[in-house]
Amino acid sequence: MALISNGRLTDDPWVTVADEEAVPASGPVIVSLDRWRAERDALLARGGLLGVRLASSQLASEIAADLAHFDLVALEFPTFRDGRAYSTARLLRERYGFAGELRAVGNVLRDQFMFMHRCGFDAFEVADEGQVEAWRKAMEEISVWYQPATDGRVPATALRHFRSAAE
Amino acid sequence: MQVVTANRLDDGAVVYLAENGAWSDRIAGGRLAEGKEDGAALLADAETAVAERKVVAPYLIDVVVEDGSPRAVRFKERIRASGPPVRPDLGKQAARG
Amino acid sequence: MYRYDEFDAILVGQRVAQFRDQVTRRLSGELNEEEFRPLRLMNGLYLQLHAYMLRVAIPYGTLSSRQMRRLADIARRYDKGYGHFTTRQNIQYNWPALSDVPDILAELAEVEMHAIQTSGNCIRNVTSDQYAGAAADEIEDPRIYCEIIRQWSTFHPEFSFLPRKFKIAVTGAPNDRAAVRVHDIGLRMVRNDAGEPGFEVMVGGGLGRTPMIAKTIRPFLPKRHLLSYLEAILRVYNMFGRRDNMYKARIKILIHEVGAERFSQLVEEEWSHIKETPVDLPAGEIERIVAYFAPPAFETLAAHVPEFEDSRRDDPAFRDWVKTNVFAHKQSGYAIVNLSLKPVDGIPGDATAEQMDAVADLADWYSFGEIRVSHEQNLILPHVKQADLYELWKAMVPLGLATANIGLASDIIACPGLDYCSLANARSIPVAQRITRRFEDLRRLHDIGELKIKISGCINACGHHHVGHIGILGVDKKGEEFYQITLGGDATENAALGTLVGPAFSYDTVVDAVETIIDTYLQVREDGERFLDTVRRLGIHPFKEKLYGAH
Repeated sequence: MALISNGRLTDDPWVTVADEEAVPASGPVIVSLDRWRAERDALLARGGLLGVRLASSQLASEIAADLAHFDLVALEFPTFRDGRAYSTARLLRERYGFAGELRAVGNVLRDQFMFMHRCGFDAFEVADEGQVEAWRKAMEEISVWYQPATDGRVPATALRHFRSAAE
Repeated sequence: MQVVTANRLDDGAVVYLAENGAWSDRIAGGRLAEGKEDGAALLADAETAVAERKVVAPYLIDVVVEDGSPRAVRFKERIRASGPPVRPDLGKQAARG
Repeated sequence: MYRYDEFDAILVGQRVAQFRDQVTRRLSGELNEEEFRPLRLMNGLYLQLHAYMLRVAIPYGTLSSRQMRRLADIARRYDKGYGHFTTRQNIQYNWPALSDVPDILAELAEVEMHAIQTSGNCIRNVTSDQYAGAAADEIEDPRIYCEIIRQWSTFHPEFSFLPRKFKIAVTGAPNDRAAVRVHDIGLRMVRNDAGEPGFEVMVGGGLGRTPMIAKTIRPFLPKRHLLSYLEAILRVYNMFGRRDNMYKARIKILIHEVGAERFSQLVEEEWSHIKETPVDLPAGEIERIVAYFAPPAFETLAAHVPEFEDSRRDDPAFRDWVKTNVFAHKQSGYAIVNLSLKPVDGIPGDATAEQMDAVADLADWYSFGEIRVSHEQNLILPHVKQADLYELWKAMVPLGLATANIGLASDIIACPGLDYCSLANARSIPVAQRITRRFEDLRRLHDIGELKIKISGCINACGHHHVGHIGILGVDKKGEEFYQITLGGDATENAALGTLVGPAFSYDTVVDAVETIIDTYLQVREDGERFLDTVRRLGIHPFKEKLYGAH
């Protein structure tokens, strides 16, 4: 496993804690949504950096009210075919204003990097370090976009008119 | 009796597992398996070809031997073996003349 | 018609390069088949019964002559000299090699064509009325909005991994020639009380295993909010559509399970957040696209064209053809011409490379270089002067494109079926061929009148059998091909699903059954009644009796 964050291979300071495991006393931890719900007070009292991990069936509205408590949200792709997290990511960013790390985990493949990035993911847990080169290539393959998304890239539909306005 | 069939990765053509890891584009060239174990072994052989990027999605089909040649039992597989019946000028059936 | 600007061209070129790289990675083993399959599907490349099959997009069924010539060229050089026009206005090639596909896509990109999102769990080709921009009954050219939707849906980062495929159709006219009511989203242009054009939005139609007619969730949507509203629908579907069972994953199942009213509420709720965001196009961009669909430089012509009237009077074969294949045009002195791809004993929807080249020439000479493809698998020259009709018809006859059967019993929609398709249970093409031979006689065909027969080789219903006046569904009964018959389906604004008449017929008896049904209609019809009207009036009982005997 390797972490690509902001376009670079990064050491991962975060520890994902399984539901049955004890939460370490210190250090940044990621817990499941179920665990957050069950042990909310204890986790808040612990202090320190906190992340939550959502299964693909768990949607943005379920954590919207609590976002101020999280420095990281991890969204699962159990298989690359399950595209729910793309919507969850966009809503977290655009509807609920989440500004922390938004991490794609699970079946995260090179050919979906660009879509994930456009939807607001800024960190990607990938199978191996070799993927960072693939990531760079994937970011450069397509440079024209027709629709606005989370990433703020100006879509062609607007660029066309900036250009003619400037002429 | 069974043979293994697949599609060739490069051009999608229908092929049948023959001897020594080779693939024939004729069902007549297909290596016969008799019984479940034999069939499983044949399929395992076919998987090597998948890893070697020769073929895609191999599977076993039932055949009967008629006049010394295997003939697919299922109608769909008979169509795969010969080509689209509605265009006898296309596919394997055309090459046979 | 729409022409690519530099942005469109860059995008399509980059997609070709991306796919070329994906094919290289597949052939080198870096990608296995499981990883490669969704990537090739999103470029329209299937693995079928005999070979790969490439589905090329023909956005809203509109082609230039230049594009048609390229399609012919690809058929000749990379395939076996023909192509198949589909029920979603696309074209399919049945024999491309994987290693050739990047080159095919590059050559398509040169003429502003592609195979993007013609398969996969994403938004597919947006289809429309084949008479758009020419028929008198339309409010506005729906293809403007099809192009707007096409761009918005292309590489949409949020909606590329939907629970299942997603099909959108748009009609600009109240007479629905685009079958919008059996699409995941159907859009029908309407006017509100103030006379302003907008869309009736219908959701959850579809054929296949569980056919359903779409429900109207919004009777009037202002045009400017088209994309934000679609985005809301797709987001609700992406989040809540079922992913546990691929046979229950279409949006129609979601609407069936939560109810149209609840679904509509979810969409309106989501839409309330995004309707003022930049997803809707700025007015300038809409105007830019509208300009591409301005009418061609029509001449000012009289409505009455004596030379046409004379030919029609004097040449009975021409007269027969005009009766069925020529449709009224909104511009005085012009006509819409159907080129039948359903000759007797032919393969419905197939055209040879030579025919495609010839159609391109005819389009240049007679129709401002423009061609359409209908979801009923025929070609159309949309803007022909009535004064040119006789010459055009004479040119079409030796090409095999002038069968006078549009809308008649031999104008059959048929999927490729078991001859080509790995999903099929039975052959559909030879059943269509045999029906056309049985009803070869033009007098008989014209006497029967309008009769839409649609044949599918399996439950996936690519032949649209559920909405055929006579629908035929191929099934596998103990390894043999059998055919179920339904009656009374309708794909128009009066959309209805056909009713099963009874037990299935064998491959050998199904055409006799169809003839029995038609003979029964001829016996019981009232004056001026079409087949569909008779079925609506009497139900299936009289047909059931004749087919299976009294009970």
